[in-house]
Amino acid sequence: MAKRIAVVDVDLCVGCQSCMFACNRRFGEAGIARTAIFVQSAGGFERGFIVKVCRACKDPPCAKVCPTKAIMERVGGGVRLDYKKCIACGNCILSCPIGAIFWDEIIKKPTVCTYCGYCVNYCPYGVIRLEELK
Amino acid sequence: MISNVLHIDLSNKRFWIEERSDLFKEWLGGIGAGIRLLHEDCPKNIDPLSPENPIIFCIGPFNGIYPLASKTVAVFKSPLTKNLGESHAGGRCGVAMRMAGYGGIVIKGASEKPIYLVINEDGVKFRDASALWGMNSSSTVGRIIREREAGAGVRAIMRIGRAGEKLIPYACVITETFRHFGRLGLGAVFGSKKLKAILIHGRSSIRLSDPRLYRNTYDEIFNAVIKSGAMKKYHDIGTSLNVLPLNISSSLPSRNLQAAKFEGAELLSGENLAEKFLGRRAACAHCPVSCIHIAALRIPYENEPYFYKTKMIAYDYEPIYSLGCMLGIRNPEGFLKLVDIVDELGLDAISTGVILAWATECMERGIIETKDADNLVLKWGDYETYIKAIKKIVNLENEFYEALANGVEHASSLYGGREFALAYGGNEMPGYHCGLATHIGFAVGMRHSHLDNAGYDLDQKINAEKKFISIEEIAKALFEEESWRQILSSLVVCFFSRKVYTPEMISRCFSAMGIKVEPSELKIKGMKILKEKYKFKIREGFSFDNVRIPKRVLEIPTPQGLLREEDIRRGISEYKKLIEAEL
Repeated sequence: MAKRIAVVDVDLCVGCQSCMFACNRRFGEAGIARTAIFVQSAGGFERGFIVKVCRACKDPPCAKVCPTKAIMERVGGGVRLDYKKCIACGNCILSCPIGAIFWDEIIKKPTVCTYCGYCVNYCPYGVIRLEELK
Repeated sequence: MISNVLHIDLSNKRFWIEERSDLFKEWLGGIGAGIRLLHEDCPKNIDPLSPENPIIFCIGPFNGIYPLASKTVAVFKSPLTKNLGESHAGGRCGVAMRMAGYGGIVIKGASEKPIYLVINEDGVKFRDASALWGMNSSSTVGRIIREREAGAGVRAIMRIGRAGEKLIPYACVITETFRHFGRLGLGAVFGSKKLKAILIHGRSSIRLSDPRLYRNTYDEIFNAVIKSGAMKKYHDIGTSLNVLPLNISSSLPSRNLQAAKFEGAELLSGENLAEKFLGRRAACAHCPVSCIHIAALRIPYENEPYFYKTKMIAYDYEPIYSLGCMLGIRNPEGFLKLVDIVDELGLDAISTGVILAWATECMERGIIETKDADNLVLKWGDYETYIKAIKKIVNLENEFYEALANGVEHASSLYGGREFALAYGGNEMPGYHCGLATHIGFAVGMRHSHLDNAGYDLDQKINAEKKFISIEEIAKALFEEESWRQILSSLVVCFFSRKVYTPEMISRCFSAMGIKVEPSELKIKGMKILKEKYKFKIREGFSFDNVRIPKRVLEIPTPQGLLREEDIRRGISEYKKLIEAEL
């Protein structure tokens, strides 16, 4: 079954960004330049936080605008990104209305959630969880 | 390994990057690298508000790599004590500096016109800040810069309030609205350079020599923190959890330490504030603890029925002590309003509270009259008058407020009331009256801060176990703790994680980065860094022999009973022997 990272309750988020660092650690690297999940304040800490991550939509706009078919629809929802085909045009980033496709500063190509769930292990407050797509 | 130091010359609006792996190799980073840079860049005996005074920000090898390495160390010459200035802040600046690629930032010179800086991987942009100068609210300044500049989510915005512009020597620098380079007047040094704010942002990814060991070590630290009691304590209630235990043990200075107990402690306790006001918790970047507690205070508009504004105000133990207990404030709303004005104007909360407490006692005793205070009657608990007084301090309204604006050491040298002017080494005293180690610790600590050597923590242990420990042992314990804390502040990890970052753990963290550091050599390095700080203090005229011990401290019993001056003095001289001994 296809899975996705669900944002359960964004108001539980404290903005520690541990999920972002975790995503980057998938490559064995420290930092945040390669993360596919992003946390930022909703206009200052006092207003709380926003968590941006691919919600694995059923009819993904990013796949529609990819000129090389590098972004392909995944069975059950969401996408898969084939870096060999990707020409780094950035159309997918512009097309995602929730801003859940990011730029990998190291390989200079877009990056999107692979639904692996690694980040979830580092959220102590239950903001995000790995769930089966219905 | 971090190695780049970004130099910024505000006079000529220039910057350059210097490769200093020598510095970070020998001195780790943070305070270790920072104090060396201060020796290099701060000429002897300068006026702290002159362009020559450098502002130095340093992070350490763990920032951006390991969790809870979320702090930044600022080093400068303090306009308050005219000696070593060192202040730490959390928020996002430590990680932002690392992600922008800098281990250190050294700012010298002064701009003619107000400016703010935007720092990223490409260097520095100098932006006009004339339109931001003189604004009443430091949070508005943050909001404007946030709207105007890039880097949302991965940036830090440090800024000063009007107190910094007015060169109040205990003005702070605020970062991410709720964290502070609070103590010793960094805000005034910013102000003297016409530097209103600094935005830092960056994104990078760092390859480590042993990725597997890195991930494992990371997990070990992360899990240890998550499962530790400290995490729960700082997350649930925060540092204000200390209010009730300190009060019960008669260690909580109130009304200018006329007592070590406060009848309003219950109302200002972390438990009560959380229950009635807690609106949100927030975390520093890369720290799951999230100890930042932000109250939501609903304030009605006076002339408009059914209309309210909600202010978000962060609180911690220290402001509860200084702006609450020390001023006899029993009303939590009033206390929060005091924190708010202090934050908006950009003053250090501890210094402000201690100074006002001194002024209030002076008024009680008739040393200061109402007419001196521009017709304000300072009274314990009267937060509305205190708010007016704080504004008058920042406006330097008259001779009296100008005196208050220069710290309690200075004000009491003009007006008297020295015996109850609570400061050590010119820095207003933190909120602990736990016993002998506490006060020896304040006197000898290189910043005269409770965090230097945590004497209060040692006392609390002594008091709980009801054991006797000699003055020599106290001095040794403080010296060792202060030495070790230099390592933590060089890495730079939060003190809340000190039980997790043991010498062995630190050594393992370095291994994953391909750096060999023996646990045993860390201890020696800590002492070396501490000595570098002491050298600077001596260079600028400090002497342990001249540290003033406020009489008041000796008049009010601690849990260990009344303290004797000769015991504190003996502790100081024992500590002096240790720090002056050869390594």
